[in-house]
Amino acid sequence: MKKILIIGATSAIAHACARNWAGEKAAFFLVGRNTEKLTQAADDLRARGAVSVDMHALDMNDFYAHGAMLDACYRTLTHIDVALIAHGTLPDQRQCEQTAAHALKEFSSNGLSVIAVLTDLANRMEKDRHGTIAVISSVAGERGRPTNYLYGSAKAAVTSFCEGLRARMFKVGVHVLTIKPGFVDTPMTQGLPLPGPLVASAEKVAAIICKAVERKSDSVYAPHFWALIMLAIRNVPTVLFKRLNL
Amino acid sequence: MSKRLSWGRYPATPQSARLVAWRDQVASVLGETGSTSARTLPFGNGRSYGDSCYAESNRVIAMDGLNRFIEADWVGGRIKAEAGVLLADVLAISVPHGWFVPVTPGTKYVTLGGAIANDVHGKNHHVRGTFGRHVLSFGLSRSDSASELVCSPTQNSALYAASIGGLGLTGIITWVEFQLMPIVSPAIDVTSYKFGSLAEFFTLSAELDPVHEYGVAWVDCLATGEAAGRGIYMVGDHARIGELEIKPSRKRSVPFVLPVSAVNNVTLRAFNSAYYAKQKAGKQQSRTDFEPFFYPLDGILHWNRIYGRRGFQQFQCVIPDHNAEPATRALLEAIARSGTGSFLAVLKRCGNIASPGLMSFPMSGTSLALDFPNNARLDRLLRDLDVIVNEAGGRLYPAKDAHMRGEDFRRAYPQWHEVEALRDPLLCSQFWKRVTQS
Repeated sequence: MKKILIIGATSAIAHACARNWAGEKAAFFLVGRNTEKLTQAADDLRARGAVSVDMHALDMNDFYAHGAMLDACYRTLTHIDVALIAHGTLPDQRQCEQTAAHALKEFSSNGLSVIAVLTDLANRMEKDRHGTIAVISSVAGERGRPTNYLYGSAKAAVTSFCEGLRARMFKVGVHVLTIKPGFVDTPMTQGLPLPGPLVASAEKVAAIICKAVERKSDSVYAPHFWALIMLAIRNVPTVLFKRLNL
Repeated sequence: MSKRLSWGRYPATPQSARLVAWRDQVASVLGETGSTSARTLPFGNGRSYGDSCYAESNRVIAMDGLNRFIEADWVGGRIKAEAGVLLADVLAISVPHGWFVPVTPGTKYVTLGGAIANDVHGKNHHVRGTFGRHVLSFGLSRSDSASELVCSPTQNSALYAASIGGLGLTGIITWVEFQLMPIVSPAIDVTSYKFGSLAEFFTLSAELDPVHEYGVAWVDCLATGEAAGRGIYMVGDHARIGELEIKPSRKRSVPFVLPVSAVNNVTLRAFNSAYYAKQKAGKQQSRTDFEPFFYPLDGILHWNRIYGRRGFQQFQCVIPDHNAEPATRALLEAIARSGTGSFLAVLKRCGNIASPGLMSFPMSGTSLALDFPNNARLDRLLRDLDVIVNEAGGRLYPAKDAHMRGEDFRRAYPQWHEVEALRDPLLCSQFWKRVTQS
């Protein structure tokens, strides 16, 4: 039986992953901001076969409460097989350009809070010398685009942090997986003018994540074709890139 | 951002969709999306064929994100789940526990909300009635009610009855609680009988339906003369012994919309003749998984794309028992003369079990269902078929329809007034507008 911690458990991608694992009779510790939504997610996982589901309401920007949350998680699960770090927001880039306070708040939600919880969690998993930490970053972290660079820079920090953490944890048998989704059709992206053919469902992205966890992949694009798109985007020369409105 | 079409891809009126992700959003989304001048409609998984799933405003509320289970009781076989949960989702978790959906249409990719709104029926209508009969209660969000209403045979019973078969017009169904039926194996014991004429179909039906859970016939819609009405009668029952496991099935998909329909006179004639010839004479017995028995077309995702850009229309009628044989014969003759039709033309005897729904489609009689690729001559054929159905006192199935005339609808469903009286003022479909106002 897999023991699974999910942070940002009410997000569409995280919940789709959890459903796959629930069918394999996993035990869950779900963390999210909203108790009512967590309850609805938990009910669904129980009906789909989860052995046990515990919940913990927490805003991940409350860094000083991370320790107590992880204490509670370990009391319930005793150890962690998979930790999925999936919380985040989609900031309004325009607003982030107006006030530093807003920019920092969003940077905290998508970057600092991830780094904070990974630091504490990694130290605990290091002692067990066991488990996989799967972190949802984004293709947006590979290049700062004018329409989305606050989010992009936070995700760039997460990707680099995970790369280093992976190399450190590899030596003690803890695996770190970086997931880079492209455009995903979720409540978070509702209303955005996304290019239809490139948009994947949360279920499709979840299937890729679960497979990558199973295979202990280091880093995956979801869907995989984003590897090609990002290869192209990374190679656009700056002299041209700065003239584009990507 | 995402656009939705009905399963027949006709009328080709893409619906822009407002997504709902949580139950407590439904009321506010209904208020924001609909207005009395541009009325909206809940949209499930888009398996209605015509325009009954299109909003008057072309802006629908997409319910497929409300797809969580709320409670599964494996002792009593009861499921409570959000309205966007698919029958496929239910079967995936219920079959290993020894429970099956009591009524299923020919696709498992319908939502629970859609199953109620269209009061779907299946191959066991003669013993179990429609889906609505197995619905214990559901939540209904209405723009004129501050809180969500619980509807059951005893609570808000008028809305309960109007919503079953109510085409999504009486409010937005947010969750559904319904009763499953016990099985000991997911396998189906099937027996098929080849029949050479329509008269034989009726004889077989009278003989076989009373002793089998499931019964349906494939009919060669192009056969004429002596062979008219020939086909294969299939009956089935849940196997009484076996293992409760679901075998993984490989799904194929039609990756894009074909430029022209692959269904034409040549392919149809070839398929129908071969399918009939392949079946050995007399009685054939086999045991099969439930999926190919109930959902032969679900094995090919997006099969509707084979009909090409112009899409297709489905025709499904039910003819009351006393006129069933001559009217069905006349329908098949008109179709065979036209040379158009589908690979899967289906005849089914419906039983006399009443639905709790006000505006349910099935009645005691014979139902004929088949697809037609859209083309210039189709309107004419559909008109001819409508005349036969009307004269026989039959009716058409709104979930499949894109053509019926308002006067025909109002004559066949005089209860429409009662549904209209309970319609949510912010909800209206293009179908409803078409059949009640023209």
